[in-house]
This record gives sequence, structure tokens and C-alpha cells, in this order.
Amino acid sequence: MFGILTSAAFIHGPIETGGQLVVVLGGVSVLLLLTFTKRWKWLFREWLMSLDAKKIGIMYLVLAGLMLVRGGIDALMMRGQQAIAVGAGSGYLSPDHFAQVFSAHGVIMIFFVAMTFMFGLINCILPLQIGARDVAFPLMNSISFWLTATGAILLNLSLVVGEFAATGWLAYPPLSELAYSPGVGVDYYIWALQIAGIGTLLAAVNFIVTIVKERAPGMTLMRMPIFVWTVLASMLLVLFAFPILTGTLAMLSLDRAIGMHFFTTTLGGNAMMYVNLIWAWGHPEVYILILPAFGIFSELVPVFSQKRLFGYTSMVVATMVITILSFGVWVHHFFTMGAGANVNAFFGIATMAIAIPTGVKVFNWLFTMFRGRIRYTTPMLWFMGFLFTFILGGMTGVLMSVPPVDFQLHNSLFLVAHFHNMVIGGVLFGYFAGLAYWFPKIFGFGLHEALGKLAFWLWIVGFAVAFIPLYILGLMGMTRRLDFVDAASGYHPLLVVALVGACIIALAVSVQFFHFLVSLRERKHRKDSSGDYWGGRTLEWSTSSPAPLYNFAHIPHVHGRDAFWRMKEKGESGREGPYEDIMLPKNSAIGLFIAGFAFLFGFGMVWHMWWMLPVSLLGIFVTILVRSFATETEYVVPAAVVARTEAHHHPV
Amino acid sequence: MTRHASHDYVPFGLWVYIMSDCVLFASLFAAYAVLHTETAGGPAAAALFDPHFVLIETLVLLTSSFTCGLAVLAAERKNVRGVWAALVATLLLGGAFLAMELTEFGNLIAAGNSPQASAFLSAFFTLVGTHGLHIFIGGLWMLALLMHVAIRGITKGTSRGILYFSLFWHFLDIVWICIFSLVYLFGSLSL
Repeated sequence: MFGILTSAAFIHGPIETGGQLVVVLGGVSVLLLLTFTKRWKWLFREWLMSLDAKKIGIMYLVLAGLMLVRGGIDALMMRGQQAIAVGAGSGYLSPDHFAQVFSAHGVIMIFFVAMTFMFGLINCILPLQIGARDVAFPLMNSISFWLTATGAILLNLSLVVGEFAATGWLAYPPLSELAYSPGVGVDYYIWALQIAGIGTLLAAVNFIVTIVKERAPGMTLMRMPIFVWTVLASMLLVLFAFPILTGTLAMLSLDRAIGMHFFTTTLGGNAMMYVNLIWAWGHPEVYILILPAFGIFSELVPVFSQKRLFGYTSMVVATMVITILSFGVWVHHFFTMGAGANVNAFFGIATMAIAIPTGVKVFNWLFTMFRGRIRYTTPMLWFMGFLFTFILGGMTGVLMSVPPVDFQLHNSLFLVAHFHNMVIGGVLFGYFAGLAYWFPKIFGFGLHEALGKLAFWLWIVGFAVAFIPLYILGLMGMTRRLDFVDAASGYHPLLVVALVGACIIALAVSVQFFHFLVSLRERKHRKDSSGDYWGGRTLEWSTSSPAPLYNFAHIPHVHGRDAFWRMKEKGESGREGPYEDIMLPKNSAIGLFIAGFAFLFGFGMVWHMWWMLPVSLLGIFVTILVRSFATETEYVVPAAVVARTEAHHHPV
Repeated sequence: MTRHASHDYVPFGLWVYIMSDCVLFASLFAAYAVLHTETAGGPAAAALFDPHFVLIETLVLLTSSFTCGLAVLAAERKNVRGVWAALVATLLLGGAFLAMELTEFGNLIAAGNSPQASAFLSAFFTLVGTHGLHIFIGGLWMLALLMHVAIRGITKGTSRGILYFSLFWHFLDIVWICIFSLVYLFGSLSL
């Protein structure tokens, strides 16, 4: 009945119990709050069952925020351990627990912060930017979100029931094989990622179809905002990379669950095949995350420089070149494997080549700013911060793409500093910029600028204090993932500096959450009544803030790039009557059901409760079957309601 | 009235999804290519596979693709009996294909050549089994379509559904041709 799940799975050491309590008490207090404020019905009807991309986007953002806190606590725990586990001290974490913490940190930050944050912004903004009423498949959009959330729930459940993988965020075999990781940690890892991965793949299909088919009349490919281009590139990468992850994790799972020999050390298994396959997904994944960040910068730099984007065509070409090249560089993650000098040289040169289109982008942004009337708003500050950190990270990346250098730096803290440089300084700063830029559009009111700027400065200072020491430690020879350092190594002082940096970042995140709260409280006089908060150039600013359910009263007609800018120049608003009836998708609980069954499937796989597998699969089949008979899946917003909504948002 | 005509996007969405499924199979093919010589002392492909049996299996699946095409044509002509006959034939042929595959698997396992015996056999069973799993899902899809036809008759919705299904089913045919060529034919050449 319960497979290998016994009461022992709930019993942990004191520190794990702390984590357990935080998760359980946090969950219970949310449930109680909802019950006391009688918000259950509201929550389901208005949010959880919503098929509105804007609301799904906000749910992605909330999930990313929660996971940022969880992953951030993991980071502080690691920095704390390394700062005190020196010489005679052994720190407060056991080696196994420390390994679980760094594995969970990586998985959470990549899959459930970065990816989730990205899909949040895409959902909120992309349909508006292309002048569409919704995404191509609204129900599949909801399913995608709920599968992502299920992955996150499964991962966090490992804190309460059982354990998480102690293998690092990519779970290399043979360590991740049953012989060396007999617990359920790796299974939690596999199924959290499989389920979230399917959600991601479906989302990619959805947004590719949306971009190709749902653009407003007149918006040719070369008139699309650059953010749309980068999302298209990113989603194409998801489409071609995520199935490799699915296949690879399926093979690992078959090894562990039924004793196959894909990656084992016996009977012909080949662990290096796993490393090749996982990076054939993993390297494109880096570009899946960074390309939309490039797109965000390409949107806000022209707005805050008050000039059109310099080199639109070269920006598009650079994006697509990066998309293609990103599939040809994966071996640079393991030059030390021994593939031979010629193979390493090929992948080293391909890696350096990616720096060229990336450099094109940086120059395009700089030339956009050149002689512009620059406004130093919070989003623009994130961009300026990005320029410095990203160029630093890019240069250390090119440094490591030289195979002989990489042999020295492989698996060192230099590498750790490099990819945090890219993922924090590139991806995260990009998404923060996007959130600050589009916040008025998403929520209808602007953010407190001074607090936003304070958060930015704390972030960038904290980032430098936390990660520059890691570069130095890497050059000194310190390898990654150490739960203890020898006093004679001389690493200790810099590890303490890095801890201070991590604490500054924690303060920065706290200020960010505080600045959301302050802005929320002052939302009345921060209201964006024009819908065009910053003087924008693209279509999302042509509708009200927040955008009405139907996004646009009239589907806009596009006559060139920066469509809204042209409309403003001609004095058109695109909002006047007469209005017409609009069809919209009805809310649906199908996504919740499918995700619920997927959760049961994952949990059953982790704990070997085999009976749960056919039950959950049958549940998914029946859910889809029932839905396929549904007829009334859309409803009409009458023209009168449209007129009332428009008048309310834009009093004449 | 502005229609939110999302169904118009389904064929394109399905093509996009099928592209991603190709990549899934590609990674399994790659694993098979890497591991097919890792027999761990057991018999190699040439000694294990019976090309004649697999040829019949292949013909069964290709015929099912033909009947699936007939189902699409019958649905276009609103020929209910034709749709029933063609879809049931496709379902039965798909079922026969799966039964043959499972027989082959059963014989291999009974002779001690289980997926746990070597990396080669792990890769073989996973690649061929993943295709079989897709066929099984296609079978469920057909059952759902038959239910729709039984309850609603041939409507715009059901005939579209049959068309979408045929895309998926023909795709599985193409994957099988690759499996037949790369796994069984090359295997019996013992390359």
C-alpha cells in the first residue's frame, strides 16, 4: 500500500526538522488564513482555475518568488557552513545534508526560480505585445503552469517526507545510480523535473504557436518587438532541448527503478553518455533563460533612452545565431572527460564564437543609449548593472572556453563564480528589470522607485562581495561543493567575505519584498491611469493597466515596428467605440486535476507505490476524455460590457 | 462577433509537438547507437532478432497507417460506417502490432535476454518500448475517437479529431521505419 514509505521518512535531524516545520507551518497558516478570510471560492474561481494568461503569469511570478526564498535560504546555509567548517570546526551540517542543500539550491534556482520567473513574464506580456487576446491554447497554458507547480511541490515535499538528492543539480551517474544513492532523493529529483519539464515543453508549444499564429494583422516577423523574437528563440530551444532531458532522466529512472544498465558501472553502462546527454539539454537551457532577458533589455533600453532600438535586424540575427550555436557547445562543460584535443578544440572555438553575436547585442544596446536622453529608472539601473556583471561573466566564460585553462579551472569555485555571474548578473537582473518595467502593466500601479533602487544597489554590491572572492578562491585551487576546508589552505578569510556578500543579497531580497508591500499599500496614488506608464513604444502600453480580461477592445492594426509609438504619433488610441462582442475561454479546473494526478504519479514512483501509477494515469486519461466532450468552453463578453470597461479605465 | 478560434491552431501545434517527440526518439536512438555493442558477454543483435517476424510486424503497422488514412477520407465524406470500419481496423492492427512486440519481448526475456542483462538490451527495450508506448497511447486516442463518433456522429469536431490523430499515427510509422532499419536490419547484418 505505501511502497517503501515508512514512518522513518518523517524523522530527521534537528536542522532538517526545522525545514520540515517551516514548510508544514507555512502551509497550514496559508490554509487557515484562506479559511478565516473565506477566500477559498475566490481563490479557485478567480485564480487557480483561471485560463487568463495574465493571471497564470502572476501565479508563475508568485511561485518564482516563493522558490527564490527557498533557494536563497539554501544558499545562506551553504555559505554559512563553508564559513565555519574550517580547521577544527566541522560546521553545523552533515556532509550528506550539505550535499542535499547544494543540489536543491541548483535545481530550485534554475527550474523553479529562473524558468518560472521567465514564464511569468512571458505570460503577462507576450500576448499583449503581439496584440493578441490570449495564447493559442489557454487550457494547455493552465496545465503547463500546474505541472510546473507540481514539480515544485514534489521537490519541497522531499524536505518533509524523505530526503532530496545529494548528487549535485545534474545528478551525474554513477553517483546517482541506486548502488551509490539508495535513498529516494534522486527519485524526487527525477520526478520533480520530469513533471515540471512536461509543463515547460507544453508551454513552449503553446508560445511558438501563439507567436506564429496570433500576431495582430500587419505585425510581420520583422515588426515583432525583440522580446517576442527572443521568446520565440527560447521556446524553440525548449522544444529541441527538453525532450533530451526527458529521455535522459527516463533512462536514469529505468536504471534505478527496474535495474537497467544505461549509466551503471557494470554490464556495459556508460556514465559519460549521461553527461553528454544532460549537457546537450543543459547548455541550450542556459540560452533558454538568457535570451528572454536580452529581449527585456532590448525593450526597455529604447524606452529609457527615448530613441528607437539601434540595429533591430542585427539584434534578430544575433538572437537566431545564438539559438543555433547553443546546440554546438555542450562539451565545454566537460573538457576534462578526455574526448581528445580535436574535439575539445572544436567545442572551445564554438564557445568563443557565441561571444560574437552576444557582443553585437551589447553594442546595439550601447548605441541605442548613445546620444539618447537617458532616464535612470530602476529598470534602467538593472540594465546598467547587468552590463557590468554580464561582461565580466562573459569574459571569464571565454577564458574557460580555452581547454587548457579549463583543465585548471574545471569544478573549481572559479566556475561557480562564472555561472552565477551569468545567471544572477544576466538572467536574474534581466527578469528583475522586466518585472520593474512591466509591473505597472501587470498590476496597474507603479513601484516605489527609491526602494527599488536601494534593492538594486544592495544586490549588485552583495553580488560583488559574494562572488568575486569565489573567483579568487577558484584560482587558488578550491574545488566546488566542499563541506569542510583545511585551515592551512588559506581559503577561510575569503569564504567569510563571501558569506557577508550572501547576507547583503538576502537583505536586498528582503528590501525587494518590502518595496512590493509599500507600493501595494500606496497603490491608490501610484495608479497607472494612462496605461502608458513609461512612455512605451510597443503594444502592451496601448491598453489599460492592468489590461482588461480581453486585452484589447479592438485588435490593433500594425503598420511598422514600435507600433504603439506610431499610434501615438498619429494621435490614435485604438480604444474608441463602437465595440463588439468578444469571445473568451471559460475558466477550467482541468489543469488542477491533471496536475493532481501527475503529483500522485510522481509520488508513487518515488515511494514505489506501484498501484498509484495506473490509477493516476487512468485519472489523466479520463480527465482528458471528459474534457474532450465539453462544448461550451467559451463565453461572450457583450459589447456593452466592453464599452463599460473601457469607459471605466479611460474616462474621456 | 470575434471568435476565439483556437482549434485552427491545433494542426500546427501538433506538428510542433511532433518535432519535440522526434527529439525524444533521437536521444533514445543516440543511446542505442552508443550502447548497441555493449552486450556484456551476451548475444549480439544478429543472434537475437528474427527479421522475418519483424517484417510482418512492420507490414501490420504500415497497413494500419493505410486504414487510418481511409478513416480520414471516410470522415471527410461523412461516411459513418466507413469511419467505424477503418478506425476499428486501425485499432485492431495497432493492437496486433503491440501483441507481436510484446511476444518478441516475452521471448527475449524468457531466454534470459532481459533489459537488465546488458546496456545493449536496456537501450533496445527502451527505444522499441517507447515506440510501443506511443502506439498504446494512440490506441487510447482511437477509443476516445470511437466514443465521440458513437455519441456525436460525424461532426466537424470528430472529423477534425480523426485528422489530428492520423498525423500522430503516421508519425509513429515513420519512427518505426527508423527502428526497423537501424535496429533490426542493421542488427541482422551484425554491423
